[in-house]
Amino acid sequence: MMDRRTPLYQVQKQMGARFTSFGGWELPVSYTDIIAEHQLVRTKAGLFDVSHMGEIKITGKDAVKALNRLITNDLAPVPVGKILYSPMCYENGTVVDDILIYKFSDEELLLVVNAGNTQKDHEWIKSQITGDVMAENLSDNYAQLALQGPEAENIIKKILDEDTELPGFYRFTEASLLGMKVLLSRTGYTGEDGFEIYLWLPDSCAESEKLWNGILEAGKDKGIAPIGLGARDTLRLEAALPLYGHELSENITPLEAGLKTFIKMNKDDYIGKTTLARQMEHGLDRKLYGFEMVDRGIPRNGYDVVKDGNKIGYVTSGGILPSLSKNGGLALLNNPDLQDGETIEILIRERLCKAVLVQLPFYKKKYKR
Amino acid sequence: MEIREGLYYSKDHEWVRVEGNRAYVGITDYAQDSLGSIVYVELPTEGKELSKGDVLGVVESVKAASDIFSPISGTVVEVNQALADNPELINESPYENHIAVLSFEKADELKELLSPAQYEDLTKGE
Repeated sequence: MMDRRTPLYQVQKQMGARFTSFGGWELPVSYTDIIAEHQLVRTKAGLFDVSHMGEIKITGKDAVKALNRLITNDLAPVPVGKILYSPMCYENGTVVDDILIYKFSDEELLLVVNAGNTQKDHEWIKSQITGDVMAENLSDNYAQLALQGPEAENIIKKILDEDTELPGFYRFTEASLLGMKVLLSRTGYTGEDGFEIYLWLPDSCAESEKLWNGILEAGKDKGIAPIGLGARDTLRLEAALPLYGHELSENITPLEAGLKTFIKMNKDDYIGKTTLARQMEHGLDRKLYGFEMVDRGIPRNGYDVVKDGNKIGYVTSGGILPSLSKNGGLALLNNPDLQDGETIEILIRERLCKAVLVQLPFYKKKYKR
Repeated sequence: MEIREGLYYSKDHEWVRVEGNRAYVGITDYAQDSLGSIVYVELPTEGKELSKGDVLGVVESVKAASDIFSPISGTVVEVNQALADNPELINESPYENHIAVLSFEKADELKELLSPAQYEDLTKGE
């Protein structure tokens, strides 16, 4: 089956994008050079097409209660206009997906989910929610862009139509950009300040292109450029943000992945609560660590991790950390008691390469809280 | 995309320059362009014996590691050390920066490689 394309495919092709297949979508991996694009987001601003992400609307009198039974974080105290990040688990504590929940009202929530999991999440939610509540998959109706970097705020101000107040960290608002109604949130996947912009799609690509080109034009004097998935991955890796399928999956619990902050025990029962409570009580058998390479070599997903001659785990995500001029990554190891500074070895094509455990994140996030 | 005359080409996008019984092996302009910025090159060890099709080395971009297959059989007599510290040289000048030099005996294997024109047809089809 052919990969899907976002409404911005043509304009990206014209800009010289190199494409790749990701989660059933044909998306730009880079426009110029991955490392250059990475540095640009860290120092100025970059524009990402993230239209492949999924959107699921939950409506009904029991919306909050029903969804709260499916997630580990607590939706009950979240006010209107705020966004909640939460893992969504199976009964055995492993992860269906990690999602963002936008609270429009007590009876209307918008879930933003990982592209490759959209259908799975929708099916799961529909099968598990009870009461006066409905779940609709609206992914085909949204285009989504992400504007990230220290100049993001300056750039977005130039195209805001009225005196709309910009949302604070993990908040959202409806806004008008370049004459188009959008949903604007202060979120992102890079570790920089920035915005995610949701556009309700008409039939043509014209509005998405107008928004895309408009943001690039507005940010021209600040040095903005379009950014592909290659840099999206190096940016999130430096910020130690999990990627479903790597740090989270149907085989990994959010506790093992270091997401304890997003797992609440002082809320009503939810799917996976019992298993996670038990895991908290007994302690973890394995844990996610951050590491930096000492020897030359690039660690990658799936490579074995060895310590004192024994395989103790594997690399979940690895590669280049451009802001540190180092290589490194994340690894799931069978020893939960290792300390920063301890040495491990990564098996890179039959060669054991030395690495050292480090505190996460590799790059300190620059959120404007 | 540059396809240089006077070289042999493999369908895996390597080039071969023959000088006597020494074969210089590198990757083509098409290959370096597809890979993007090369950030790491794993060079073979001198003395390594290779059959045609064996893995000669590895070229890594940010996103992936790509095996380089030996276009001919031979023994590694020299490697391009400059690539250890400056892997991006392959992007800058793919035909001036070989990865390794092999001493070879099976001249017949050269006949199995592609001419510049045949390689051009191959890249047009991809």
